[in-house]
Amino acid sequence: MSQEAASQRKRPGVWLWLPLALFAGFFVLVMVGLLRPADREVASAFIGKPLPPFDLRAAVPERPGLKTAEFADGKPRLLNVFASWCIPCAAEAPQLAALAQQGVEIDGIAIRDRQEDVQRFLATNGNPFARIGADDVSAVQLAIGSSGVPETFVIDGKGVIRHQHIGDIRVEDIPKLLEKLREAGGR
Amino acid sequence: MIAELGLAMLWMAGALALLQLAAGSLALTQRGRELAGIVRPIAVVQGGLCALAFVSLILLFLRTDLSVKLVATNSHSLKPFIFKLAGTWGNHEGSMLLWVTVMGLAGAFVALFEKRLREETMLATLAGQAFVSLGFYAFLLLSSNPFERLPEPPPEGNGLNPLLQDIGLAFHPPTLYLGYVGLSIAFSFAIGALVTRDVGPAFARAMRPWVLGAWIFLSLGITAGSYWAYYELGWGGWWFWDPVENASLMPWLAATALLHSASVLAARNALRAWTVMLGVVAFSMSMIGTFLVRSGILTSVHAFAVDPERGSFILALLAIYIGGALALFAIRAATVTEGARFAVVSREASLVFNNVMLSAILGIVLVGTLYPLLTEAFGEKVSVGPPYFNPMGAIFFVPMLIVMAIGPLLRWRDDAAGRLSTKLAIPALAAAATALALVAMAPSIKPLPFLGIALAAGLAIASVLPLVGRELKRTPLQVWGMVVAHLGIACVLFGVASDSAFSTEKLVASRVGETHQVGPYRITLRDVEPVAGPNWTALEATLAASYAGGSPSILATQSRNFTSPPQTTSESALHTRWNGQLYTVLGEEADDGRWQLRLWWKPFVPMIWYGGLLVGLGGLLALIGRVARDVKRIRAEDKISYRRQRQGR
Repeated sequence: MSQEAASQRKRPGVWLWLPLALFAGFFVLVMVGLLRPADREVASAFIGKPLPPFDLRAAVPERPGLKTAEFADGKPRLLNVFASWCIPCAAEAPQLAALAQQGVEIDGIAIRDRQEDVQRFLATNGNPFARIGADDVSAVQLAIGSSGVPETFVIDGKGVIRHQHIGDIRVEDIPKLLEKLREAGGR
Repeated sequence: MIAELGLAMLWMAGALALLQLAAGSLALTQRGRELAGIVRPIAVVQGGLCALAFVSLILLFLRTDLSVKLVATNSHSLKPFIFKLAGTWGNHEGSMLLWVTVMGLAGAFVALFEKRLREETMLATLAGQAFVSLGFYAFLLLSSNPFERLPEPPPEGNGLNPLLQDIGLAFHPPTLYLGYVGLSIAFSFAIGALVTRDVGPAFARAMRPWVLGAWIFLSLGITAGSYWAYYELGWGGWWFWDPVENASLMPWLAATALLHSASVLAARNALRAWTVMLGVVAFSMSMIGTFLVRSGILTSVHAFAVDPERGSFILALLAIYIGGALALFAIRAATVTEGARFAVVSREASLVFNNVMLSAILGIVLVGTLYPLLTEAFGEKVSVGPPYFNPMGAIFFVPMLIVMAIGPLLRWRDDAAGRLSTKLAIPALAAAATALALVAMAPSIKPLPFLGIALAAGLAIASVLPLVGRELKRTPLQVWGMVVAHLGIACVLFGVASDSAFSTEKLVASRVGETHQVGPYRITLRDVEPVAGPNWTALEATLAASYAGGSPSILATQSRNFTSPPQTTSESALHTRWNGQLYTVLGEEADDGRWQLRLWWKPFVPMIWYGGLLVGLGGLLALIGRVARDVKRIRAEDKISYRRQRQGR
């Protein structure tokens, strides 16, 4: 008995603090996780990849069509995937207009659309686009990793996809898009 | 009126918890001695008030009182009765109220019925329970008030998440919570024993039935949850290593280890510090699990109530309670001596081994659950799934199962391995024979399922061996309980291994009238028709399934559209036989009028849930056995003391 007590005294029971230390580690990890701004989006695998080769005819006569080569002119821009039959696309129109007013160049891809419908859509909601390509079978849409409308991509001056915004652009999304554009500008 | 009454009762219950903590702590000091008498009554009233507050919330849901915000956001007047009821706990606020109710009731029951614990330890335990409850009362009352009114009641409620509108799930959360939160008693017992340095066999015997009770509910809750995910989510899987599932598995692993180490402490006065730590860890795992699920810090496929701001509140509670308890453990456990020694081949040693293995599995599940969080801190997103959990778990699970087969046959303290060799030959032979049969019949089977099925056969036989040579009628219920629970584990293992080895899956696009073969079944799509329920409409496919050419059974699988809130769920249709289950799901309609059908034949898969039920039943038998023995002993002691009193006169 006394021998046992002696051996107890020799080992000061440092291991007894181990559970607490492990919990402290857990706590720190979780604190970091909680304090970090919520970033729940899963980055698309297409980020960092150049745009696939495409050459889309003009969706409306008022604007030229869209081809890959034109993106590599050194100027970062937005590429907006939209459709006249898409209600959130109408909802984001004021935000696109605001971006265009700030000098951002925006190109559009109209998905599975008819010329007169696109014209009506642009007449009602305004036309922020420099060029609009028509993607009748969603071929380009799928090739750039977009699964729905609306989506907005930030393309840098070399024609590389830098950012993907899924869903309509809300007012609060504008600063982030501008920042991504600035980053894509290389400065 | 009911809402205000409920809120008032909740506040009063919270105030009583504060009083319980104060009185319980003061009663432990010299000057506060006389306060000892009021602690138990306070605990009972506190639990009762809390339960009444919960009943108030149930009433509000049953009446669909839309002026209450929680009802308006989670219920709908057209919902069937049972789902109005289930709506009470199918949301964050209601489930937190259920949480404190279970804590309060657990404390009340301990105060009423626990007679063996030393009085000081009892006071410390009840104070501890109140201390933990207080945090959750604060959480509920300050940031998640379930009784909040709306200034203007909406004309109609939002409805309940359709995935939750399922009879199985209606009763799954309360069952799980009884287990999950019931473990708070083990936590408080551990704190109480650390405070009074009263860790010994009597403490273990007092704690064991309470842990057992919580563990039974936890086992049943996990089993039910797994079956729900299996048939409701329509993926044909029964366990996804999802954070929510892991959150329920981790407390179960800790509680299972605790039950076994408490046995060693009760019988042999060994593993003192270890048992106390497991008591703390089990409920800590419940709290950590709740935090991970509720804070939204981990992305889960079925996160129903996520809110990062609440996360900080729960995290603060975690820091106070888990950090506090572990610090108390670190300071005090050194003064809890390790107790009796035992040999390498002995019942104790096998239980220690089992404990280490269970803890290792717990560690693996915890690390796997937290790993995405860790990598995300370094900017990389990963998800951890079966390729990690299955083999890593198996490394520890397989040796544990082998020891689990042998352990119950060993004697306490010291035993000779040679004594058991004849007895153990039978299960070993069974495992070997099964292995040979598998090699002959299914040569392409993968190693883990192969090992699983062979082990399951051996374990099933080994688990009933403790009954051999006993007079069955006189065998204590606890032994029956152990046998049944271990047999249940063998069943689960067999079902799991068989499912992963032999399941066949088929995805077909079928026209009405076409027939498909999956496993031994021939399935004909008879019809697809719209049907309507109380708050949903559905497309229902009628399937005629005939097993091995027998007469066909009719199955109806639906793709169901709920209106409030709008959501589509797949209602799978199952056909269960003794040797497996046919699982069918209706998918979408293709352009050309064909229908997607997913068909699975899963041999012996129901064994997973039968096994889970057996585990729960085993626990129940053991609990009845223990309680009956205690009651008998207490009566006998009463009789003796009564006689002594009379003789004294």
